[in-house]
Amino acid sequence: MKMMSRKEALAQLQAEAADSSRLFEKPLTQWRLALRRFRGRKSGMIGLGIVVFLILVAIFAPLLAPYGPTEILIGKEDVSRYGPPCIHMLGCDQASPQHILGLDGNVRDEFSRVIYGSRVSLTLGFFTVTLALIVGASIGAVAGYLGGWFDNIAMRFMDVILGFPSLLLAIAIVAVLGPGLRNALIAIAIVTIPQYARVTRAQVLGLKEADYVSASRALGASPMHILLRRVLPNALTPLVVLATLGVATAILEAAGLSFLGLGAQPPTAEWGSMLASERNQVFTAPHLVFFPGLAIMITVLGFNLMGDGLRDALDPTLNR
Amino acid sequence: MAENLVEIRDLVKQFPVKGGLLHRQVATVNAVAGVDLDIRRGETLGLVGESGCGKTTLARILVRLLEPTSGSIQFDDQDISHLRGNALKPFRKRVQIVFQDPYSSLDPRTQVGESISEGLRIHGVSDKDERHERVKAMLELVGLQPGHTGRYPHEFSGGQRQRIGIARALILKPDLVVADEPVSALDVSVQAQVLNLLKEIQGELGLTLLFVAHNLAVVEHISDRVAVMYLGRIVELTDRDTLYRNPLHPYTEALLSAIPIPDPDRPRDRQILAGEIPSPLNPPRGCHFHPRCPIAQGGLCDVTDPPLEPLGGSHQVACHLRVATNSGSPIDGG
Repeated sequence: MKMMSRKEALAQLQAEAADSSRLFEKPLTQWRLALRRFRGRKSGMIGLGIVVFLILVAIFAPLLAPYGPTEILIGKEDVSRYGPPCIHMLGCDQASPQHILGLDGNVRDEFSRVIYGSRVSLTLGFFTVTLALIVGASIGAVAGYLGGWFDNIAMRFMDVILGFPSLLLAIAIVAVLGPGLRNALIAIAIVTIPQYARVTRAQVLGLKEADYVSASRALGASPMHILLRRVLPNALTPLVVLATLGVATAILEAAGLSFLGLGAQPPTAEWGSMLASERNQVFTAPHLVFFPGLAIMITVLGFNLMGDGLRDALDPTLNR
Repeated sequence: MAENLVEIRDLVKQFPVKGGLLHRQVATVNAVAGVDLDIRRGETLGLVGESGCGKTTLARILVRLLEPTSGSIQFDDQDISHLRGNALKPFRKRVQIVFQDPYSSLDPRTQVGESISEGLRIHGVSDKDERHERVKAMLELVGLQPGHTGRYPHEFSGGQRQRIGIARALILKPDLVVADEPVSALDVSVQAQVLNLLKEIQGELGLTLLFVAHNLAVVEHISDRVAVMYLGRIVELTDRDTLYRNPLHPYTEALLSAIPIPDPDRPRDRQILAGEIPSPLNPPRGCHFHPRCPIAQGGLCDVTDPPLEPLGGSHQVACHLRVATNSGSPIDGG
C-alpha cells in the first residue's frame, strides 16, 4: 500500500520534471510542497471534497431547499406527519407535493431542514475553532516563550480544564451562561482551548531554542517580533491539522448540546436538535432521525479525513 | 581608542541542574569557569577546545545570547555583560554571530532576502528599496547571486546557506563577528571556500573575528592569535605561529600531536591523553587538567589552580610547571 503511493508520488514528480517550465516557474515553498503531497492522498482529497460540498450546500441552501427551514406546512399539504417520504420517482402520487425526506412532527419539510442545518453546524464549527485557536494559541505561545510562573499558572489552569470530561464541562458552562447557540459556541471553545494551548506551547518550547531564533535575538529583535515572525509561523503546521480535526469535534459537541436542548433552540434547524425532537419517533418514522444523524456523520467524517490528509501532507519528517 | 575591542574579565557561567520531585537545583554546571580574554581590534582570534569545554557558551555570552553569572565584558570600554532589553540594542548592532549548523540557522519559512534584511529593519533602515539594495550587495559580497533574495533556505546547499548566514551577520556592518564553528558542519571541500570568504571579508571590512572551532588545522589557517580552552578555562593564549611551533601547555601539546600529518615516514610523537574530559558538574580541584596531564605534580597541580600567566611577549600559559621552567622574564608574575 505504502509502496504504491510512493511509486505514484515518484511518477507524479517525474511527470512534473518533464514539464520543466512549470517546475522552475516559481520557488517551491513548503506550503506548495505540502499541497502537492496533499493532492497525492486519496482520503484527504475525499475529505476536502466532502467539506467543499457541504460549504456549497450551506451557501446555496435557499436554492436547494424547496421550503423554508421553519416553514410549517400544516393545512397546505396532504402528506401525513411521520408518513414515509413522498418521492414522485418512487411511486408517490404525482398530485401531492414531493418531500424527499418526509415531513417532521411539526409538518416541516425534513429535506429543507437538513440542508439549512449545514449552515448552523459549519458556522458554529468554524467560529468555535477560530475562537479556541486564537485564545489557546496565544496562551500557549506566551507561556512557552516566557516560561516561569506564567507558564506554570497558565498550564496548570489548562490541565484543570482538561481534567473534566469535555461535554460535561460544556454542559456546566452552558448551564451558567444559559442555553442558546452562541453560548454553546463559547462553551465548546472554552473546553477545547487547552488542546491548542498545549500544542502551541510545545512547539514554541522547541522553536525558541532554534538557531534562527537566536539569530533574530542577536540582531536585536523584540520578543514580540520573534514570537510573531519567527516562532509562530513555524509552529503553525500542527495547529492547522488540530484546527481541522477540531471543527469535526466542535460540530459533534454542538450537536450533542443541541440534542440535550442546550444549544440551538427550536425552531432553528440544527441537526442535533432535530434528532432530539424526533427521537421518540425512531420506530414509527426512522427517516426523521436517520437523515440528520447521517448529515452529522458525513460532516464529521469529511473534516476528519481532511485533517488526516493535512497531517500527512504537513508532516515535517516527510520533507525533502 | 583602546587597543582591545573586547576585554573579558573573570567571566563565569553556571547552568543550574534541576531534578527531583520539587524541581530544585541539585547541582551546577560550570560551563565557563573564570575566563580572562582580550580581543584586539581587527584581529582574528581562534578559540579551540574539545567538545564540552565551554567554547560555544563563551561565544554565546559574548554576543549576549546568554547572560553571564558573574564577571565583566568590556566592549569598546562599555560593560555589556549585564545589559538587558533596549539597552542592548546598540551593542547588538555591533556584534553578530555566525552559527555552526547552516540547516537550523535560517528560518525555513522566510525568504533569504528577508532573513538577511531583518537586522536592517530592526535597526531603523525603513526604506524598502534601500534594504533591498543592501541585501543584494551583501549577497554579492558573500558570493551568491543577488537575484536569489526571493528563494527559500531549502533551495540552497549547506555551503550556500552558511554564506547566507554570514551575509545576515554582516549586513549591519558589525565590529565583531563571533563565528561559532562556522565550517564544522560543512564538507571539507566547502569548508575551504567559506574560510577563505571569511578571511577575505574580514580584510575588506576590517572586522574583528572570534573564530570558535575544534579543528586545529582550520584555526591555524585563519587565526592571528589562538586561545586554547579546557573545561571552562583558557589554558594557553598566544599568536598562531608560536602556538603551533612552541606550545607550552601540556594540553596544547597533546592537541597538536593529534593533528594528522600527511607523511607516513615522518616519525610521530603522539601523546595520547588518558581518560575523558572531566565533568564540568564536578571539575577537579586545582588545575582542571591535572588528572590527564602527563607531567602533573602531586601536591601542586591537584591543589592550586594555575592562573593564566604571561611569559615573555604575548604568550600566556596556565601551568605551574611550564611557567616555572620557561619564565626567563615574566612581565608581571601572577
